[in-house]
Amino acid sequence: MAKAKEEFTTPTLADIPVIPVIAPDAMAHSKPFVAKPEHQEPLGFPGELVDNWKQKALDKMGELLGKYRSLPVFLDACVKCGACTDKCHYYLGTADPKNMPVARQDLLRKVYRRHFTVAGKYFPKLVGAVELSEEVIEDWYKYYHQCSECRRCSVYCPYGIDTAEITMAGREILDHIGIGQKYSNEIIAKVYKIGNNLGLPEPALADTLEGLEEEVQEDIEVDVKFPLDQEGAEVLLVTPSADFFAEPHVDGLIGYGKVFHQAGLSWTLSSYASEAANFGIFIGNYENMQKVAMRIRQAALDLGVKRIVVGECGHAWRVAYSFWNTLIGPFDFLDPNYPVPQHVCEFTYDLIQKGALKFDKEANDDKVVTFHDSCNVSRASRMGDMPGGQFVIPRELLKASCNHYVDMSPDTIHENTFCCGGGGGLLTDDLLELRVKGAVPRMEALKKVIDEDGVTHMAAICAICKSQFTKVLPYYGMGMDMIVSVHQLVGDALVMGAEH
Amino acid sequence: MSVLTAIFALLFYTATVILVAGLAAKIRQYARTPAPLKIPTTPAPTTRGGVIARLFREVVFFESLFKGSKWSWLFGWLFHFGLLIVLVRHLRYFAEPIWFVAALVQDIGVYMGFVMLLGLLGLLARRSLVDRLRYISAPSDYLMLVLLIAIGGSGLLMKYVARTDIVAVKAFFLGLMRFDWQPLPADALLLLHLALVAALMIIFPFSKLLHVPGLFFSPTRNQADDSRERRHVAPWAAKLDATRTTGN
Repeated sequence: MAKAKEEFTTPTLADIPVIPVIAPDAMAHSKPFVAKPEHQEPLGFPGELVDNWKQKALDKMGELLGKYRSLPVFLDACVKCGACTDKCHYYLGTADPKNMPVARQDLLRKVYRRHFTVAGKYFPKLVGAVELSEEVIEDWYKYYHQCSECRRCSVYCPYGIDTAEITMAGREILDHIGIGQKYSNEIIAKVYKIGNNLGLPEPALADTLEGLEEEVQEDIEVDVKFPLDQEGAEVLLVTPSADFFAEPHVDGLIGYGKVFHQAGLSWTLSSYASEAANFGIFIGNYENMQKVAMRIRQAALDLGVKRIVVGECGHAWRVAYSFWNTLIGPFDFLDPNYPVPQHVCEFTYDLIQKGALKFDKEANDDKVVTFHDSCNVSRASRMGDMPGGQFVIPRELLKASCNHYVDMSPDTIHENTFCCGGGGGLLTDDLLELRVKGAVPRMEALKKVIDEDGVTHMAAICAICKSQFTKVLPYYGMGMDMIVSVHQLVGDALVMGAEH
Repeated sequence: MSVLTAIFALLFYTATVILVAGLAAKIRQYARTPAPLKIPTTPAPTTRGGVIARLFREVVFFESLFKGSKWSWLFGWLFHFGLLIVLVRHLRYFAEPIWFVAALVQDIGVYMGFVMLLGLLGLLARRSLVDRLRYISAPSDYLMLVLLIAIGGSGLLMKYVARTDIVAVKAFFLGLMRFDWQPLPADALLLLHLALVAALMIIFPFSKLLHVPGLFFSPTRNQADDSRERRHVAPWAAKLDATRTTGN
């Protein structure tokens, strides 16, 4: 039976953002549904809490300390300088001090110190070391599911301590003693079984794509194709499955289709790898992340494509850009003249550079557009061949398609961007309060450009951001249709059928 | 030779061994633990040269901290820079004739002692006044600052209030290095200063002072952003390559 809905008040947006005074345990009631055995076991995790959970957890922690250098370095190096304490959107939105990045790390660090360091073994009180207990596990479960692994804190840390790494380790330990998070683990199990996060089987996918073709045909009278499982196509497009039907995601997919059509390039989707998202990263588990990603390598090989292009999805792009070569490379079977993988924004940008696309910007004249940098794209990956390309390229696409573009405050964009509030495996209704409150910094920055520049739309290149904003914008009195896909604006302005 | 001299001689030998061996063990651990995935944080350089430049800016200018917190940066940088010059100045106790750089900073070094203290007091004030910092501070976080303040304070008191026989102090340390012990002056301030320094050396490899080697091993800072160009696989992950599957 579902838990009774927690009542909460939507925060009021400040004109000038303020750092809240700490409110201990303000979010101590927030925790996501726990995974059932059927969500755990397909991932290789125990179905329920194991008997000797304490020893198992410590063993796992010891193992991870030996496998990931980030852990011992990050757990040892923190000097508690406080630079990160006001950087997390969940702290700014909830004031719960355990949502300060350093305090979130300390939940793991205090156990590390107690069980793995000399100082914590002999002087636990002095260095804040604490024995692993049920209470600690409870805190881990709550607060490692109040981190969206957005890495904003790591930008400002003098040692580059990345709380995402700590959160991932925390979730990994919890999974291994049988306390997984339902949302993420259920989805990963679905990918293994059906091929995508939504559990959309091949016939339904084929139907959906056919419907899209008809829709576009009716709309602009151009025969834009959305091919599925087409062997020998030049390009395999992998995109988050939300693109197949969710709003505003699907308008982005239509945009990709139009760009491919204008490029005159054969391309295909795969029903076997019908998902770019890879929730393996959220739970910090290498093996599951690799297994999910392998489907894409397999599909590329089976379909005999020469290039892989990835659709608009933040964490998927991190996995693709930063991890694919490690997890499922080398890509010696693909065309070496193109980056592997290539982001759909890079793909479109290249065509613009070559003069292959023509735009009628007036098509978007009813809009004043701003751009939300998604955290995984901004802080954990890149586009193009220059540092910062991930900031330049999507904006260039928007400026090519719209006459009216403005940026939000500099401290809320580029690598300083704020998470939408729903990333990192938290995009679930059992964490709604957290999601609404975590959106505060972005909402404040957005409100400012609405008030000052008349912004009407915010574009994004992440399926999670798009879903999250659709849900939370109304809480702040803004329209849910403010959030759009970058390729929706591209597609709307693209002049179809012109010479190329 | 007095018992006192023997105690301090043994103390410094012990402290040196613990500091060097402890740090070596930690560095060995960091160096041997792989970073299986590419996780540099933006703005990440795309080349090794860029990584060296980035680490240089972090070490010398505290680049990220500057972005993160101007007060922490100001006090932290004053403390570290002051400490560096003071340490260089202290090299005169360990070499005869005095090295050129140590001679160079003799005058400025004294003022740097005050700069260092100012930085430490600023950090202590911030730690005790800001509610967020109070929340994340353990007793050891305050004690570390108090220890450093006591070391700096006792040093300055010896310079300006109760001077000690620094020629004898130098003879003591040169003697330690040559295993030819010389008597240590029995001045309370000096003994306090030295005992605290030895304590700091002993604590170093077991405390947050590990941020010193840690920074160089931090994957978000020391990796180049070249994941599409270069395949990066840790030894334990390479083993998984052979058996990787899609699950169905």
